[in-house]
Amino acid sequence: MDFATLLQVLDSTIRLGTPLLFACLAGLFSERAGIFDIGLEGKMLMSAFFSAAIAFTTGSVWIGLLAGIASSMVLSAIHGLASITFRGNQLISGVAINFLAAGMTVLIAQDWFSQGGRTPSLVGNARFEPVTLPGAEALRDVPLLGPIYYEVISGHTILVYLAFLCVPATWWVLFRTRFGLRLRAVGENPAAVDTAGVSVVGLRYAAVAICGLLCGFAGAYLSTALQAGFVKDMSAGRGYIALAALIFAKWRPWYALFSTMLFGFLQALALRPDLIERAIGVKVQVQLLDAMPYILTVVILAGFVGKAIPPRAGGQPYVKER
Amino acid sequence: MERMPAWADVVLIPLISLLLAAILSALVILAIGENPVEAFNLMVEGALMRSAGWGYTLYYATNFIFTGLAVAVAFHARMFNIGGEGQAMLGGLGVALVSLYIPWPHWSLALLGSCVGAALFGAAWAFIPAYLQAKRGSHIVITTIMFNFIAAALLNYVLVSLLKPVGAMDPASANFPAATHLPTFQDMFATAENPLFRGAPANVTFFIALAACLFVWLLIWRTRLGYEIRAQGFSESAAKYAGISPARIIIIAMLISGALAGMMGVNTAQGEAERLVLNSTEGAGFIGIAVALMGRNHPLGVLLAAILFGFLYQGGAELALWTNIPRELIVVIQALVILFTGALDNMVRMPLERIFMALNRKGA
Repeated sequence: MDFATLLQVLDSTIRLGTPLLFACLAGLFSERAGIFDIGLEGKMLMSAFFSAAIAFTTGSVWIGLLAGIASSMVLSAIHGLASITFRGNQLISGVAINFLAAGMTVLIAQDWFSQGGRTPSLVGNARFEPVTLPGAEALRDVPLLGPIYYEVISGHTILVYLAFLCVPATWWVLFRTRFGLRLRAVGENPAAVDTAGVSVVGLRYAAVAICGLLCGFAGAYLSTALQAGFVKDMSAGRGYIALAALIFAKWRPWYALFSTMLFGFLQALALRPDLIERAIGVKVQVQLLDAMPYILTVVILAGFVGKAIPPRAGGQPYVKER
Repeated sequence: MERMPAWADVVLIPLISLLLAAILSALVILAIGENPVEAFNLMVEGALMRSAGWGYTLYYATNFIFTGLAVAVAFHARMFNIGGEGQAMLGGLGVALVSLYIPWPHWSLALLGSCVGAALFGAAWAFIPAYLQAKRGSHIVITTIMFNFIAAALLNYVLVSLLKPVGAMDPASANFPAATHLPTFQDMFATAENPLFRGAPANVTFFIALAACLFVWLLIWRTRLGYEIRAQGFSESAAKYAGISPARIIIIAMLISGALAGMMGVNTAQGEAERLVLNSTEGAGFIGIAVALMGRNHPLGVLLAAILFGFLYQGGAELALWTNIPRELIVVIQALVILFTGALDNMVRMPLERIFMALNRKGA
């Protein structure tokens, strides 16, 4: 693989890894607070549709982004209602949310645009445009670092940089603030948090809301930055890959950056099967690359490569003593 | 004191949940500018008023019985087998291999063979997550989700690279030999003067599904193993004290669950398409979740819920054909059913319990 193609692959790694990163951090907040969320996929999809649809009708991608986030947070509210207020099964609620999003997006898209469940293509201000970072053009000819800066780091949409900023932000919130300490505590031992006089329900709702916010970004990125418009089922399992990345990262923000970029790299490679064949001389099946994130996650879950221990109170509704 | 009579738990709560889901679905149909009453009539007309409609309804129901039973058996051991989809895909692969490479003299033998093949492949696909849960404590929900995706990739590979006939374009196996053709309802019930079930895909597998219902009922409530599975589901620690090995029950329950999900492949691959296509499961593995939740994990309930979903599926196809309502309406209804009967169960249950307790107090 020569330098130029390597840069290309790294560039698409970042583009494909970004939605995974958003969704993975979303899941991180939720699961650290003890709410399992397999509905990441559905929230992304819902947001992808509404950001594209509203961006198209208003002509402004920013209003679209807000609409996408709002729709994702509505689903979060349903998840919170089911799993926090009514103490239902969080996994079943997540499954329901995924189907709700898969069905509703196509239903509404068909009703609004009559294009077989897609939105019209977005152009101009209805999309996020790539940003050229300061100095990228000027430094382009500097050997080695110049092309890396120009090709890989610069030239993404604003959401990509936001996603990367979310990593230290998440770390800071979770590990350096009082809110973060309580949020982690509520995922490990909600009774202790309750005894300290802090609202378990409030904290968990806050975590689920942040999860909705971040999934909203992930979905908006899919339909208004990565692609120009919504198509049916466009999240294509990314919510589940993000879930896998979360386990791979053992519920830690910096590891999440690493694992989502690894999975993004695998997706980027799956788009260029010819490269691997040239690099290692053996033809690797595309399907194997597609399945790789899942296989890696199962291996991690099996505890063969380090042990992934989820938050202790994860998945259990909290019942106050009566 | 009993909070609520048993019949309320078994019948009333699912009915109320279903009603809530139906009301919301009607609102959704209204919101997209269609008439819910007309839509419902159209669904009934298309799915239940003609024998061909029934033929489709029961064909879909056959799939959902298998996947619903699969989820139900796992639920009894308090496990959430979300991997029915992947297990069904592998089951289909088992059917294809058995049908393509064994020269069957008669369809009845072929049916037996493909049932065994489907069950073995489905069970094998459930075995790895089950083993990891039992021995390494990996969460079964996450591993079965992952195995759905791995199954899709594997099936894609097998179809494209191994089973696809030379020169064929679409990723599907060769057509199964004629001897493996299963009698459809049309073959069985139609006569010259009374052409019933014309062109409908319902086939003899439906009766296998009914037998599977009976089998699951016997297994769960009439055998020692079923008792152990239920004991494990009620309380793992109590089951352990009673000398029941949790690891053994987890693995056995998941094997049965996977085998049931896999047997769906007999219906789709051998009964309908008569070859293995890429997306033969069409999400039926996930509908099994809704079916099991609605049917309260009882085979009779699963049967009824499966027929209901078969009706929704066929009715939804009719709607898509005659109106502006896309098929995805069914996905929404399915989501609402899962939401209300599964996740928001307490929302219906809590007020009902209060009503019944108030009634009891008055009566006492």
